Amino acid sequence: MDPHRHLDDELSSLRDRVLLLGGEAEMALDRAMYALTGRDSDVARQVLDHDDRVDHLEVEIDRQCIDIIALRQPAARDLRFVISVAKMAPVLERIADHACNIARAAIDLNNEPELKSVLDLSRMADHALKMLRAALDAFTSNDAVMAREIIKSDSAINDLYNHTFHRLIELMVTEPATATRDARLLFVAKHLERIGDYVTDICELTVYMAEAAFIKHSN
Amino acid sequence: MHRKRERDVVTPEPFRGPAKVVVRDLNFFYGKVQALHNISLEIPERIVMAFIGPSGCGKSTFLRTLNRMNDVIPATRVAGHISIDDRDIYAPGTDVVELRRRVGMVFQKSNPFPKSIFDNVAYGLRINRITNDRHELANRVEEALKDAALWNEVKDRLKTSALSLSGGQQQRLCIARALAIRPEVLLMDEPASALDPIATSKIEELIFDLKKQYTIVIVTHNMQQAARVSDTTAFFLLGKLIEVNSTEKMFTAPNEKLTEDYITGRFG
Repeated sequence: MDPHRHLDDELSSLRDRVLLLGGEAEMALDRAMYALTGRDSDVARQVLDHDDRVDHLEVEIDRQCIDIIALRQPAARDLRFVISVAKMAPVLERIADHACNIARAAIDLNNEPELKSVLDLSRMADHALKMLRAALDAFTSNDAVMAREIIKSDSAINDLYNHTFHRLIELMVTEPATATRDARLLFVAKHLERIGDYVTDICELTVYMAEAAFIKHSN
Repeated sequence: MHRKRERDVVTPEPFRGPAKVVVRDLNFFYGKVQALHNISLEIPERIVMAFIGPSGCGKSTFLRTLNRMNDVIPATRVAGHISIDDRDIYAPGTDVVELRRRVGMVFQKSNPFPKSIFDNVAYGLRINRITNDRHELANRVEEALKDAALWNEVKDRLKTSALSLSGGQQQRLCIARALAIRPEVLLMDEPASALDPIATSKIEELIFDLKKQYTIVIVTHNMQQAARVSDTTAFFLLGKLIEVNSTEKMFTAPNEKLTEDYITGRFG
């Protein structure tokens, strides 16, 4: 009998839970953006209702990481995996929190006339979702090369954010009547930009997990 | 100024400083069976180096080559070079008794003599004729017992039998006995493997304190213990030295896959 089957089972279960949490964050963002662009406040409320499940998963992952460290005393790649997961779970939870904030903005904005600039936000959200999915794939396959590529792609979200920011400021000046809505959309843009940063954090943790290299703040 | 002070307290680089022990191309044989294969290793001064590896990997055999304890085993043969402070310990004419004074040893099972606590610690001082002066003898025994973190527990009963001590105390007494003759290198062969967690913790704290004065080499099966007490770790497998690295690196990101597999419990 393999004496370390139990540890392998626990690590595998931990990986499954992180992917589940990642899936929840991804779904929350996708639905929050649908609520905004599709002007569907019911979907926005579903995102908010579902956030408890995300929080619960994060706590479960925390507990599981502590148990593994205390009881199994992992080392080397196992230790790096557990530490990465322990740091990744709150990041994923925060992504879901940002999705909730977008859902709240959607509920407010859906009561008002539609603004064209939402289209740019869709591009930002698509890019953020693509990054998040790819980051979870890189984590699953322990792929530091892919993780590094995703980190580079964050600049595209930043560019889109800057573009959206200037456009919304322009709108505020030229059409003061839309200022409240513009401000709300500006917050949405900022949430999406932060999600890009969080995905970068996930990728940095994947690089640490795979290569034991600390690349955070290396730029 | 403040920045400089912050840098000063950073953990010192484990490999910094002169090598106390230098091993080059060491091979060791029990009869026709080769137990160690081309071991080359440097042990820096005043650090703790842990030897880890599965049973039968040669770590204890290697430890015993460092003070020629294997010499007493019939039909053994050693080839290669070991020097301590640039002196070849296998050179013809080497005084082995003097070598073992410089390189003390503590074994897995505590082995106090059936004598008083005082006489156990004084034994090496007397037999090596280091001193016969009663006051100096008493001072050296007290110093060794203090160094071994045992003085406060036994100072009022130095004349009682060493066999009356607990297992953990007996092991610290054996450490005091080894320290009394002021060795430069201390070899420890699984010194806490027979002890409970509290006694183990005391031995580990002791090892940590002793490295200020001594170069310590410890063989341990307990990898967490190696991680806790050592600055550098050497991993042995089938008589070969697979990797030697800083303990921090060894337990978080070893260079060799074999080390990683062993550390993560994938074999052994």
